[in-house]
Amino acid sequence: MQHFLQPAQQSQLANPAHGPIIPIGNASLARNLSTTRQLPGRANRHDGLESSLNTDFLYTMRSEWFGNIRGDVLAGLVVALALIPEAIAFSIIAGVDPKVGLYASFSIAVITAIVGGRPGMISAATAATAVLMVTLVRDHGLEYLLVATVLAGLIQVLAGAVRLARVMRFVSRSVMTGFVNALAILIFLAQLPELIDVPWLTYVMVAGGLAIIYLLPLLTKAIPSPLICILVLTGLTLGLDLDLRTVGDMGDLPSDLPIFLLPDVPFNLNTLLIVLPYSAAIAVVGLLESLMTASIVDELTDTTSNKNRECVGQGVANMATGFIGGMAGCAMIGQSVINVKSGGRGRLSTFCAGIFLLILCVVLGDWVKQVPMAALVAIMIMVSIGTFSWASLGNLRTHPRSSSIVMLATVVTVVATHNLAIGVLVGVLLSGILFAWKIAQVFQITSTLSEDGAARTYVVEGQVFFASADDFLAAFDFREALDRVTIDVSRAHIWDISSVASLDTVVLKFRREGAEVEIVGLNQASETIVDKLAIHDKPGAIERLMGH
Amino acid sequence: MTNITALIDASIYSQSVCDHAAWLAQRTSTGVDVIHVLGRRDVSSAPVNLSGNLDANARDTLLVELASLDEQKAKLAHKRGRLLLDEAKARLHEDGVDEVTTKLRNGDIVEAIHDFEDESSFIVIGKRGEAADFASMHLGSNLERVVRATHKPVLVAARAFKPIERFLIAYDGGASAMKAIEHVAASPAFKGLACRVLSVGTDTGGVRQQLEEAATKLRDKAGMSVETDILNGQPDAVIAGAVRNDNIDLVVMGAYGHSRIRSLIIGSTTTEMIRSCLVPIMLFR
Repeated sequence: MQHFLQPAQQSQLANPAHGPIIPIGNASLARNLSTTRQLPGRANRHDGLESSLNTDFLYTMRSEWFGNIRGDVLAGLVVALALIPEAIAFSIIAGVDPKVGLYASFSIAVITAIVGGRPGMISAATAATAVLMVTLVRDHGLEYLLVATVLAGLIQVLAGAVRLARVMRFVSRSVMTGFVNALAILIFLAQLPELIDVPWLTYVMVAGGLAIIYLLPLLTKAIPSPLICILVLTGLTLGLDLDLRTVGDMGDLPSDLPIFLLPDVPFNLNTLLIVLPYSAAIAVVGLLESLMTASIVDELTDTTSNKNRECVGQGVANMATGFIGGMAGCAMIGQSVINVKSGGRGRLSTFCAGIFLLILCVVLGDWVKQVPMAALVAIMIMVSIGTFSWASLGNLRTHPRSSSIVMLATVVTVVATHNLAIGVLVGVLLSGILFAWKIAQVFQITSTLSEDGAARTYVVEGQVFFASADDFLAAFDFREALDRVTIDVSRAHIWDISSVASLDTVVLKFRREGAEVEIVGLNQASETIVDKLAIHDKPGAIERLMGH
Repeated sequence: MTNITALIDASIYSQSVCDHAAWLAQRTSTGVDVIHVLGRRDVSSAPVNLSGNLDANARDTLLVELASLDEQKAKLAHKRGRLLLDEAKARLHEDGVDEVTTKLRNGDIVEAIHDFEDESSFIVIGKRGEAADFASMHLGSNLERVVRATHKPVLVAARAFKPIERFLIAYDGGASAMKAIEHVAASPAFKGLACRVLSVGTDTGGVRQQLEEAATKLRDKAGMSVETDILNGQPDAVIAGAVRNDNIDLVVMGAYGHSRIRSLIIGSTTTEMIRSCLVPIMLFR
């Protein structure tokens, strides 16, 4: 900006005789100049950076897509191999044919690779969203699930458009830990039907599968151990002609490429009312897990991501997926970790995972049918163990009790309702309440009696709001007969209407006992009332909030 | 006080970048800031674990593993960067520049440019970077980004420095060419050099007049001897020919007048010029 200023303009600006800066005729120029004066160079340099990074679009595209081709393709293959059993397992959880989950995983992975905000994150059909669909599929059928998927996508796009990602700040670390632990438990619980009332051979197979998954990497890290688990268990089942349930028994597998179709439902208000609660829950849970996973990938790769773009990306992916007969999904924590571990970093890794998945399913469909459920169960137990935050168990004793309570409440609610959205809501509300509880203790009232015993000065310090209003009221002694009472609130912060009402009550009560009441420093104290929070924007706000 | 900013890396161009920067510094009697940007973290060489399974606490162990790998790489890169900077400093001292500062930075080169361009009068960069040595006719990937990102003139150093006595201004009448003329006329860097202003296209009265105006400005303000010329043909071929036949030591021109998308599809004259002229080129945008 500075470089283009003509010397004449500069002198005009610098000369106070010309009055305010605005008449120059270019308001934004004037604003830039005024910030330049406060912070030399800084502000407009930033503007320039942003615009030149925008013209750097092609460079960014190239590095996000082709910055790591070999690693991304290889990781994409590993992830695709791991996605197949998961997509099948999650379809079974939701009560739909495996092909619904497989098509979904293909389309969500490919679309989020292109439009998502976090390169290298894997999105597909997930357990978190699958558990929400169970009753919808049972009561109304697959077609309603497809409508719900499209609608959930629409909600997510809107959430991204209004930049709802910043609401994530209210989801504390404890709630997140509760979320992943609950998710792990849900995934494990979903395997129980395959583990109860089954021939003993199943247990042997699952145990063998788990042994392969965990022990093979000690020998070689060049081949995915879950793949070997599937191959060995399938080979055993076929070779020894064992009578075990296979994936083929659970429903249709894809035999060809997905096609575009409109869900076969009446498009009326009744349908909307049926699917809306499900769509809302799916949208919320999907965004929560996606944003959480995005933060995990951010942390692992030490890079940043665009969270709002990710919301929109998830939404677009779900909408498209509904139209090709797939179920709703979101980002997957476990798969994204596997992707990063396998060397995947760019968008190409997610894209390849989706493409490989579809190719493998369509080409190997007849073989996939033969895979025994025991192999799938073993893999899902691994996913469950890998998702659970084991460190959080040890932390239960060392972390503050309030954070442990929040974590446990989240887990318990989710396991009881099978709905991660409700669990997170409970966790967030609880952490809010516990935080208010803590802050309410940052509060004290001291008082001094005058020498003649007729006047008392109360000094209120700390945070006065709804949670501390009762303590505030209880700290005054109305039985003491006084002529004059001074309440000094200049070192207190009055946050809300409850505290104002309590102060009114105190004044009224003292008056009824015959005392003159004077309040000192009310203006300062009440500046913090929530509706006036705009003072944070003014210079010195922090000093005023903290200092007095 | 503005300085010459020299961008170096481990390529063979870095020595020549120092020499070019030294030339500018001595002509403008300023110092040189030598900057090496470590760049985005290289992720492609991370050791690959294709086991595809998830251990208990897989996230935490992976984070620790990746972080310690990055730490090692970063330490190595720092060490190497400091060595490069020391080498550059020594070279500049040899070339007779006393006031030399060195800076080592993390992050993207474009961000770095934005942070220091206010303190710099010229930016000097090599035609190609350390990763581009294998294909002699390809330019470095950062060159165009740097030129597009900054408002300051960028001197693109050729493989080796040769004392500059005679330079050519490629004049197309565009805004950045005008800026180039203004700058050349005002800057002490070009005082006393012989200059040839060349326009490529058909010889019409309008072009001739613009050319003469530019030449007059250069004669009056900078007192240099100026020839003007209008030649027909492909701009890059004509200018490259003139450089070869006329013993030109430096080409000055406006750069990247078109959008990235356009240059992606039809190619960019600027890129062609930098590639085909074997002398340093100073770009104005």
